[in-house]
Amino acid sequence: MEVGIVSYGAYVPRYRITPQEIGRVWGSDGEAMSKSLLINSKSVPAPDEDVITISTEAARNMMRRVPEVDPKDIGALYVGSESHPYAVKPSGTIVAEAIGCSPNMTVADYEFACKAGTAAIQTCMGLVGSCMVKYGVAIGADTSQGAPGDPLEYSASAGGASFLIGSKDIIAVINHTSSFTTDTPDFWRREGQDYPSHGGRFTGEPAYFKHVTSAAKLVLKRTNSAPADYQYAVFHQPNGKFPQRVAKMLGFTDKQIEVGLLTPQIGNTYSGAVPLGLSAILDVAQPGERVFVVAYGSGAGADGFDITITDNITRFNRSAAPLVSHYIEDKKVIDYATYAKFRGKIRVKEEVA
Amino acid sequence: MREVAIIGIGGTKFGELWDMSLRDLGIQAGLAAVADAKLAAEDIDALYVGNMSAGRFIEQEHVAALIADYSGLARDNIPATRIEAAGASGGLAFREGYLAVASGMHDIVVVGGAEKMTDVGDVLAAEIQSTAADQQWEVVFGATLASLFAMIARRHMYEFGTTREQIAQVAVKNHKHGALNPNAQYQREIDLSTVLNASPVAEPLGVFDCAPLSDGAAAVVLCSMDRARSYTSKPIRIAASAQASDTLALHSRTTVTSFKATQVAAQRAFRQAGRRPEQVQLAEVHDNFTIAEILAIEDLGFFPKGQGGKATMDGETALGGKVAVNTSGGLKARGFPFGATGVAQLVELVEQLRGEAGKRQVPDATLGLAQNAGGTGATVVVSLLEVA
Amino acid sequence: MATARFWRENPSRYNLKAVRCNNCGRVFFPPRGVCSVCHRKSIGKMECLNLKGEGEVFSFTVVHEAPSQFEILKPYMVVMVKMDEGVMLTSQLINSDPKDVKIGMRVKATLRRLGEDGPSGVIYYGYKFRPIEG
Repeated sequence: MEVGIVSYGAYVPRYRITPQEIGRVWGSDGEAMSKSLLINSKSVPAPDEDVITISTEAARNMMRRVPEVDPKDIGALYVGSESHPYAVKPSGTIVAEAIGCSPNMTVADYEFACKAGTAAIQTCMGLVGSCMVKYGVAIGADTSQGAPGDPLEYSASAGGASFLIGSKDIIAVINHTSSFTTDTPDFWRREGQDYPSHGGRFTGEPAYFKHVTSAAKLVLKRTNSAPADYQYAVFHQPNGKFPQRVAKMLGFTDKQIEVGLLTPQIGNTYSGAVPLGLSAILDVAQPGERVFVVAYGSGAGADGFDITITDNITRFNRSAAPLVSHYIEDKKVIDYATYAKFRGKIRVKEEVA
Repeated sequence: MREVAIIGIGGTKFGELWDMSLRDLGIQAGLAAVADAKLAAEDIDALYVGNMSAGRFIEQEHVAALIADYSGLARDNIPATRIEAAGASGGLAFREGYLAVASGMHDIVVVGGAEKMTDVGDVLAAEIQSTAADQQWEVVFGATLASLFAMIARRHMYEFGTTREQIAQVAVKNHKHGALNPNAQYQREIDLSTVLNASPVAEPLGVFDCAPLSDGAAAVVLCSMDRARSYTSKPIRIAASAQASDTLALHSRTTVTSFKATQVAAQRAFRQAGRRPEQVQLAEVHDNFTIAEILAIEDLGFFPKGQGGKATMDGETALGGKVAVNTSGGLKARGFPFGATGVAQLVELVEQLRGEAGKRQVPDATLGLAQNAGGTGATVVVSLLEVA
Repeated sequence: MATARFWRENPSRYNLKAVRCNNCGRVFFPPRGVCSVCHRKSIGKMECLNLKGEGEVFSFTVVHEAPSQFEILKPYMVVMVKMDEGVMLTSQLINSDPKDVKIGMRVKATLRRLGEDGPSGVIYYGYKFRPIEG
């Protein structure tokens, strides 16, 4: 049975802060940081936004594009994130209520650093492929935080995308998925801690590059494909540089990754990163085109996908919801003080009765 | 129904009364009213207390019994009842007391209104004020009472061309009146630019468009008319007291530039008294926000709808104008202890009708009106008092 | 605990669940059991629907003095919105500069955080409005 993407929807908060502004506050060279990370600005959620609102907005955009789909036919919904608003209590139940697909369904929240969203896609593929559900919803979204002054603060941003996985009227067939997973503590956040910690350059070679290239090679081998067979490729993008380098290592061109590379404009949206990049590709892709996808999650693992766009995309109503490019362009740049206030980095007084 | 008169009045100063508790306030106003009526404690048949939110302001409910107790009435075991209708609590308590005497159930009733507001911070006090609006469908979404009146103001400006200056003039006029009232919280005149340039609270309304947070109490003694003259040579007749309700949430109404409850209560009151709006010489209206006074003077029938701003600017509602509105200074300048306000309005009317209002006296006043509203006008009480 | 008090309103907070009186056609939000115009004639004729979420600004304000829960949003806009189904709602307007807002402007509902029961309490979500692009 063919399983794939029936619809998708994206959302990125509109506030932005620049590396230059962050550097100004911490006495660092923001310009140099911007160049070395290849990040011109990062998205910042409003104080009333979180993974639940971002996921809901993305999921509603997804549903707007397929009004013919009855939400009650959705049998599973997973929200992948490392910044769920609750440590205990699922984000997904609220999203499910908000798109009208509860109660006869299963919901769970996923966490696998930046690849929780693609893990959710794989789960939905299994449920749909085994006919356990008609449709599954897989969401990757984050409002990730870097500790003030930490290099992570230049990149950690917010956004998300939602995918309706099914077997009927598919706009993009997922031909294959393979994952590569080891125990590699390159980045983590302990229970009760506000900000994540990381192993510095340890996050590079033995973590990101090893896992992304390994998963990529597994997909290429198992689908008997070569990089040149794909019109588009999207890799996890903790900064602008890593995906460029990994693409080169694997034999993909800058052109192939251009459409799906959003980090230079919006920063690292963590679990939202590859889902948003894939959404940007689905915004423009044509029938028959192939998409190569590798997500990476610290800890560590990589999920690879081989995707082919179907003829259904020509009948698919992309314009029923905002394209990723709309969210990239609809922005409001804020200063560090506003950013600090929005992100709860300022201790406020408690109301005295 | 028997005719009912007011035979005694009393009140505290309104303002930040740091050394006074709610019970102190209630007793001071109550005893003054009882003394004014030359009553003995054993003459009192019942007590009604208007209070909006003692539970939140001072964490004390059951305040009618409390005030009866500290007024020395507990040993007489009289019925003591607390009435709540947000900002209209006082006016409503008065109406309940009036009905109790008019029905023949009681002969002499004390009606008090009291609120102790400064025991909490300003932010919390404003939050308590907003409980008069719909918590679930207005306040949870970020609306404050000021913001709801701001949207009324915006709509009044949009529909009738009312200007920001006309709205601001309400505060200027009420401060001018307040300067003549020794019991007012603010006895200081202000000019238009002060109102217009004040910090914004909810645009277009600023700090000087909002009534202040106040402590205070007021009380009146009601008596059947047939016995009134045995206590006073100047009984003031309650010509009418009418009440109306509307939707709790402002957005559930077809218009927000009129308070239907004010219109209906006024119609009922004028019908009961056999009077017309043109006959009213002075009125105490519920100006918790400046725009509210403009709505009130239109809805009461003093001016055509949409003309309230102009009338205010033209001085028609000032002392010496067509109808003297808020000679006490109103909620804006006299102060706004929620539950006390509706009763304090009546105290002002009685002083005027007795000819005891000093520098702010309306000459030859014989008919006065009080309009007391809760929240955004979901409860309104309109009462008419006249010289007996 | 205010948890249940908020929770039971979620269908209207999340999805604008309303009710229509099939005797007169009026829509009420939040749902109520009896039409306030038709009274007993509406009994058994009240039908649930979800508002589509679009409408126009009826009035608006910019709040500068806010309850402590909303301190971080200050100044924020509050609007009354006449929904296309005819019923009016109050909430915040986001993604707008006050100087661009006008009575009659088209807006659409979106889901945002409304508040929380303190840092360890339940988070409340519900509709806010944003301008409709174009």
